[in-house]
Amino acid sequence: MTGIWLVVAVLCAGTVAIKAVGPLALGGRRPSERALAVIALVAPALLAGLIVYETFIGDGGGVRVDARVVGLAAALAAAAARLPMLAVLLAAAAATALVRAVA
Amino acid sequence: MTQVSTTTSTLRQGVRAGLPLVAPTFALGASFGVLAEPVMGAAAPIVMSLVVFAGGAQFAALSVLAAGGVAGSAIAAGLLMNTRFLPMGFAVAPALSGPPIARAAQGQALVDASFALANRGDGSFDRGVLLGATLPQLVAWTTGTVAGVVGGGLLGDPQALGLDAIFPAFYALLLLEEIRGRRAAAAAVLGGAIVLALMPFAPAGVPVLAATAAALIGLARP
Repeated sequence: MTGIWLVVAVLCAGTVAIKAVGPLALGGRRPSERALAVIALVAPALLAGLIVYETFIGDGGGVRVDARVVGLAAALAAAAARLPMLAVLLAAAAATALVRAVA
Repeated sequence: MTQVSTTTSTLRQGVRAGLPLVAPTFALGASFGVLAEPVMGAAAPIVMSLVVFAGGAQFAALSVLAAGGVAGSAIAAGLLMNTRFLPMGFAVAPALSGPPIARAAQGQALVDASFALANRGDGSFDRGVLLGATLPQLVAWTTGTVAGVVGGGLLGDPQALGLDAIFPAFYALLLLEEIRGRRAAAAAVLGGAIVLALMPFAPAGVPVLAATAAALIGLARP
């Protein structure tokens, strides 16, 4: 049990430190135009990376293709139909659950 | 490029911007609680959600512990998962204000969804949204974890309910808002491709950190 509390404590301290580096190092200086052009693209690159990672990550790492792909497709279809956010997320969970139930 | 906006939202407006995130964040917190309770006990997952407050890192550390890994491996997996907050911290730094300690404190509000919502698309960030939108997510993530730890037996298997599909669907919605031009679309495609290429062999966290490098296409001349 000590090990688990160690994980919680070190992850907390480490995450605080990681998040503090940028604000402390850069202060209030305004980045150059070129830097701004890069910064503007971090969010789309990061979000696409997270989508791929969370859709295909296996239990112990590696790649696993399963019902989550169907859930993501259902979410994209619901988003294309301009459904509200909660409906899109429910569509993703329901489609994934349905595929797992019949598989 | 979109017009540069200089208006900053109030904290209250930021909180309101974060309200649609409450339900999905609660569901994710609940699935973390359900999965973590048998491995970590009742208290540790709840405290972890409150003080670490990083879904990706918590799931990564939990999967190591669940597989019988030692504390050091779980810490490494969790911290690697959070290394993406380094480039993100540099990105939002100019939007923060006050003395260094205040800036470092405001930087703690950095989470994926708030980062995306606060991003104006021109390289600048809305401080009110960055700080405000994080508050409802922290409440929802922590109370969701409590619900999962306490009610895990009633909820059943989170995978059977498809709860693990909510995360990617949620990020897809945020991404659709972010794709404001050809360059953003190209960065997204490249970021996704980097992750897919690295996932089969790289340790947890490295693929997503590497995906942020796709933003370097912003250096190319238009």
